[in-house]
Amino acid sequence: MPAIAETLNTVRSVADSGYKWGFETDIEMDFAPKGLNTDIVRLISARKGEPDWLLQWRLQAFAAWQVMIEPDWALLNYPKIDYQDAFYYAAPKKKPGPASLDEVDPELLKMYEKLGIPLGERAILAGVEGAGTRNIAVDAVFDSVSVATTFRSTLAKSGVIFCPISEAVKDYPDLVRQYLGSVVPPSDNYFAALNSAVFTDGSFVFIPKGVACPMELSTYFRINAKNTGQFERTLIIAEDGASVSYLEGCTAPMRDENQLHAAVVELVALDDAKIKYSTVQNWYPGDANGRGGIYNFVTKRGACRGKRSKISWTQVETGSAITWKYPSCVLQGDGSSGEFYSVALTNNHQQADTGTKMIHIGKNTTSTIVSKGISAGQSNNTYRGLVRILPRAAGARNHTQCDSLLIGNRCGAHTVPYIESRNATARVEHEATTSKIADDQLFYCRQRGLSEEDAVGLIVNGFCREVLAELPMEFAVEAQKLLAVSLEGSVG
Amino acid sequence: MLEIKNLHAAIGEKPILRGIDLTVPNGEVHAIMGPNGSGKSTLSYVLSGREDFTVTAGTVLFDGQDLLAMAPEARAQAGLFLAFQAPVELPGVGNANFLRTALNAIRRARGQAELDAAQFLKLARAEAKRLQMPDDMLKRNVNVGFSGGEKKRNEVLQMTMLQPSLAILDETDSGLDIDALKIVGDGVNALRSDKFSALVITHHQRLLDHIVPDAVHVLAHGRIVRSGGADLARALEAQGYAQVIAEAA
Repeated sequence: MPAIAETLNTVRSVADSGYKWGFETDIEMDFAPKGLNTDIVRLISARKGEPDWLLQWRLQAFAAWQVMIEPDWALLNYPKIDYQDAFYYAAPKKKPGPASLDEVDPELLKMYEKLGIPLGERAILAGVEGAGTRNIAVDAVFDSVSVATTFRSTLAKSGVIFCPISEAVKDYPDLVRQYLGSVVPPSDNYFAALNSAVFTDGSFVFIPKGVACPMELSTYFRINAKNTGQFERTLIIAEDGASVSYLEGCTAPMRDENQLHAAVVELVALDDAKIKYSTVQNWYPGDANGRGGIYNFVTKRGACRGKRSKISWTQVETGSAITWKYPSCVLQGDGSSGEFYSVALTNNHQQADTGTKMIHIGKNTTSTIVSKGISAGQSNNTYRGLVRILPRAAGARNHTQCDSLLIGNRCGAHTVPYIESRNATARVEHEATTSKIADDQLFYCRQRGLSEEDAVGLIVNGFCREVLAELPMEFAVEAQKLLAVSLEGSVG
Repeated sequence: MLEIKNLHAAIGEKPILRGIDLTVPNGEVHAIMGPNGSGKSTLSYVLSGREDFTVTAGTVLFDGQDLLAMAPEARAQAGLFLAFQAPVELPGVGNANFLRTALNAIRRARGQAELDAAQFLKLARAEAKRLQMPDDMLKRNVNVGFSGGEKKRNEVLQMTMLQPSLAILDETDSGLDIDALKIVGDGVNALRSDKFSALVITHHQRLLDHIVPDAVHVLAHGRIVRSGGADLARALEAQGYAQVIAEAA
């Protein structure tokens, strides 16, 4: 709780710089030619030294993508994307040596330092000794390439695999082949197909039977190069009785043009396994006039394959010009449960169409959805959610709570829930509210000495409390700061 | 020192305050009494800077500064505190957290060092105890699910923590039982010093048994129609507003 006060106190310094992650790092890059065709797909696969099965998998995905139509059902308005006008492969020229940080380009390390990522092993250890904070293992993905993964040897002792997916393809081909695309098939949707054809890197996590991962795992994504799309692919597998908490953060430089980000995340939880996946998404949102910003088209899905397995998504979405994202749970195992906790904040000209899908297949499956949408400026914020109960899912239960908060009178909040129940014993509840920050709330705070912006930050953080409480501590503080900073200029 | 001269204020086109003249010297407590609709709450809102009201004439000096030109938060930082008649709920915002944020905002503005969480909690717990508030009220969300009496006590807690130089209590006694009334009275009395003054808006003499005022003013139709000492409040209680106002006319 005291974190909010600290947040509000520190916001001032952060706020003056606007989007403080907007710097660009000057690193020599290796680009593939602009545009997208089978040659590019082959080139990416070759650069990564991939086996033939993966190349064929990519080519099939590309063929599927070519005949697919870009979805237009979301409440999003953006000019047509020219997929031929972007680079699909950009990597720092110096070959990174993931085994040792000494081999990483110092410019890169400097950038991660700026981002506040505890990448250097020494820094992490110092942090651990000094503050007694929990260890976090970090995988850093720069444009298309994973540049460093920390704590790998510590994790390996407990049998946990945490590495760039490009390495997993080489070192654990059977695991990757068994699970890749098993939750989000290559032709699942337009953006997933595109990702499957051209994905370049991402994180791979495998928690063996009975193991509780001894530390938080985290990936920081950074888009740096111009005109470059980022297509990362994350795959997390928790075997019987295993558990893991995984965090994801993202930033990008400020640019006038729009950049495409189309990621795919697949989670697999076997019997009694638990996966908690937290995201703080802070891609560059564009300027106050809606110029620039990331187009964020992401497919995230978790399969609760095992009995009593559990997958929990928590997201704080403050960045991107366009957000199209529906982290979902397929509840196959009897007694499995899915959770979706979301804060989506849009300001200025941002547009977000986000929500979840909970597919109840097994008996006595449960799902919980808590969505908090905050719209400010001239932005539009849509919650779109599907709860589907299949005939076999006797005793399935869902509770959905969907709250929208409006700041000012030029923004929009929309709630589009779909409920399909094909089992009479299922219980589905949906609650929704829409409110404005009341003048009397603002006045009450200001009468106690808070500035209008601090008052809004406090009220918004209060509105999101239930969701922020789901985030691991380190992220909760960051998320609170982000919410306040993202609301800069939304009042007055 | 608060100096109100010829203050007129309206909500929309409708005039509410029609020429208030009132001076509250440092160290004094003045009571404002008057029938419903006489403009008591409007006066408290206009002084604290609520934007729903338009000041159409007059001036207000607070320690020599032009109060009406200041933003609500600047007035609070300068030492003006309003105990709300209907305290506002802030869902999801912890009471202790809110109070610490407010206290530190005010301390910052006054050039004082901010309090860290431990220093703050020690202070807040001691004050809460003095006001006989259960500890969990600090943990609950601001005014959410509070009873009427709890809300009022919470206002007094905020007041004693923020250490204002001018407190406006807008019917803080309404909805309080006799014991709570005494606690609120003690809370205000503890602040009384030559650096503290208060405007106590009330309908009832009973609060003034606990907070003995230096002056009592009767407000009617947006004007102060009569002023006197503490005995005026007792006369009002005995005779009713109608007679006192009629006598004044």
